[in-house]
Amino acid sequence: MSANVGVRRWWRDPWRKPRVLQTLTWGYLTWSIVPVLIAVAFSFNAGRSRSAWQGFSLRWWVGSPSAAESLLYSPDLRTAVVQSLRLSFLTVLVAVPLGTLFAIGIDRWRGRGPGVANFTMLLSFVVPEIILGVALFLAFTYLMRSVVHLGTFAQVLGLVTFQVSYPVIVVRARLLSIGKEYEEAAMDLGAPPTQSIRRVLMPLLYPAIFASAALVFADSIDDFVVVRYLSSTSATEPLSVKIYTAARAAPPPSVNAAASFMLFSTLLAITVGFLVYRRITRGERRSAAREFIGFQV
Amino acid sequence: MRSEVTAPAPGRGDQRVTRKRARAVTDGARSRALYPRWYWPSFAAPATVWLAVLFVLPFFVVFAVAFGTTDLFGNPLPVYQPWYWSTSTFTGTLQRFFGADAFYRPALVRTLVFVPVASLLCLVFGYAIAYYVARHSGRRKGLFLVLLISPFWISYLMRVYAWQGLLQPDGLINKVLVAVHLVGTPINWLEGKPLTVILGLVYGYIPYMILPLFGFLDRIDPNLLEAGRDLGASPAKTFLRVTLPLSRQAILAGMIIVALPMFGDYYTNDLLGSTRTAMFGNLIDTAVESPGGGPQAGSLVLMLMVLLIVPLLYYLHSTRKAQEVG
Repeated sequence: MSANVGVRRWWRDPWRKPRVLQTLTWGYLTWSIVPVLIAVAFSFNAGRSRSAWQGFSLRWWVGSPSAAESLLYSPDLRTAVVQSLRLSFLTVLVAVPLGTLFAIGIDRWRGRGPGVANFTMLLSFVVPEIILGVALFLAFTYLMRSVVHLGTFAQVLGLVTFQVSYPVIVVRARLLSIGKEYEEAAMDLGAPPTQSIRRVLMPLLYPAIFASAALVFADSIDDFVVVRYLSSTSATEPLSVKIYTAARAAPPPSVNAAASFMLFSTLLAITVGFLVYRRITRGERRSAAREFIGFQV
Repeated sequence: MRSEVTAPAPGRGDQRVTRKRARAVTDGARSRALYPRWYWPSFAAPATVWLAVLFVLPFFVVFAVAFGTTDLFGNPLPVYQPWYWSTSTFTGTLQRFFGADAFYRPALVRTLVFVPVASLLCLVFGYAIAYYVARHSGRRKGLFLVLLISPFWISYLMRVYAWQGLLQPDGLINKVLVAVHLVGTPINWLEGKPLTVILGLVYGYIPYMILPLFGFLDRIDPNLLEAGRDLGASPAKTFLRVTLPLSRQAILAGMIIVALPMFGDYYTNDLLGSTRTAMFGNLIDTAVESPGGGPQAGSLVLMLMVLLIVPLLYYLHSTRKAQEVG
């Protein structure tokens, strides 16, 4: 009955504003998400095609060792998986402490210094990646040739350089929202500066630190611009670079499996990050989901 | 009491400045008393040194390589003393854009057409979607937000790769088009069609437009809109006279956020286009991948920086202002 009325009203005035916008929004969401779902689905295709469904199979994920065509048994893809995970872990391990300390430092340091440092940090974050990639590639091949060799070391240096902004942004936002009262209370109660940071401020920052670790991990796994220029041999190319290279020829569905693997790792990192974030900020009045989403923007 | 009344009332701005300064003074006194002067800078030092060595210094190397020379075999020789710099590679590269042979010009022209068109499409659709979710989505706002943000968690590569599969000559898009008799024979979308590349760019970057716009539209005070309506404006007029002017800054910021990476994009075209749709990013990528192409790549990177420096600085300036107010 009410649906009927709705339809009739829609028929009389289909261009009432929200209708058009609603259709547009749902259309956009379909357009943006369904292609990815289809690509994931075709990683389970029984045949070689990326467009004709030939039945379900795990052939491209864990298929036979002898054929060496699946994500698990293709030596090429397998080294790439390991390299992807290695790069992301190392990047998190370096970028998160570096960025957290930086955020605390420029939050308290007065004078001209912090402005310049923060400006450089943000600039490294918004400059198109190809510019940073080429600059690092030239620096490592010429000026720093004897110190940095292309390969894993160079890739981690490059990734950290632009990923370090995530912890800086997230931790600074957290510092602003918790204020200085807790720390000052600790000091008024006689805690020396180092202790008030370690025992009061740090625990308050844990949520932000975990959240940024998840973001850095997810973003490093996906990166291929900087990482591609700084790789040396094909053994140091992570999954993202393999996918990029394969996509320019005629890729088999194992590439879909590789891309899906990346997708699942990213989603896992984000989900774990969010759950941990929600758990530690439990009891605070702000909505954890809202805040966590805010970090991405 | 009286003096307070008769004294010229300080403007709001003055008050804020005084308060801010007062706070800075007490903060300064407090931290000077408790912490030595080097204490806080030492926290920021590691990352600052990192950026100096791995961000600022590499830029200097770009100059040194772009304005360097080559040895007998054509290998680049960077020159680190600015007074010995030679501009031959750089002017040679400029010649390729603006000289007689103009080998690079089509890529530049394409970039200057594709990026604005794609950014405008991002704006038009992104604004409508952000507006709907901010104003009309009601209880489903959370769900919409998660869906809108999901592209951030899916690698750009995966998303463009997914489209590449759909747009194959025997892909799903062609199958559907042929099945409903919209076209007779499958269209070869991937053979270097500007439309495919532009839509690919929109697809890739529109999430970066929607979220900031949403964040802004969601914060507009509903009282302002009600005031507009109470004063007799129609919903359309309220939008045009209140909402749209208020969001001018968010629109500009959103345009810059999507346009900056598009200028450096080479992968969208690599996956969805051909050399016939190559953009500025492709020139850089090709140069850097070719042996001895360092000086060429360096020159191109410097030119791109010149092209982007104004929007970059504007964007950083506006975000810093937003932070100070917030």
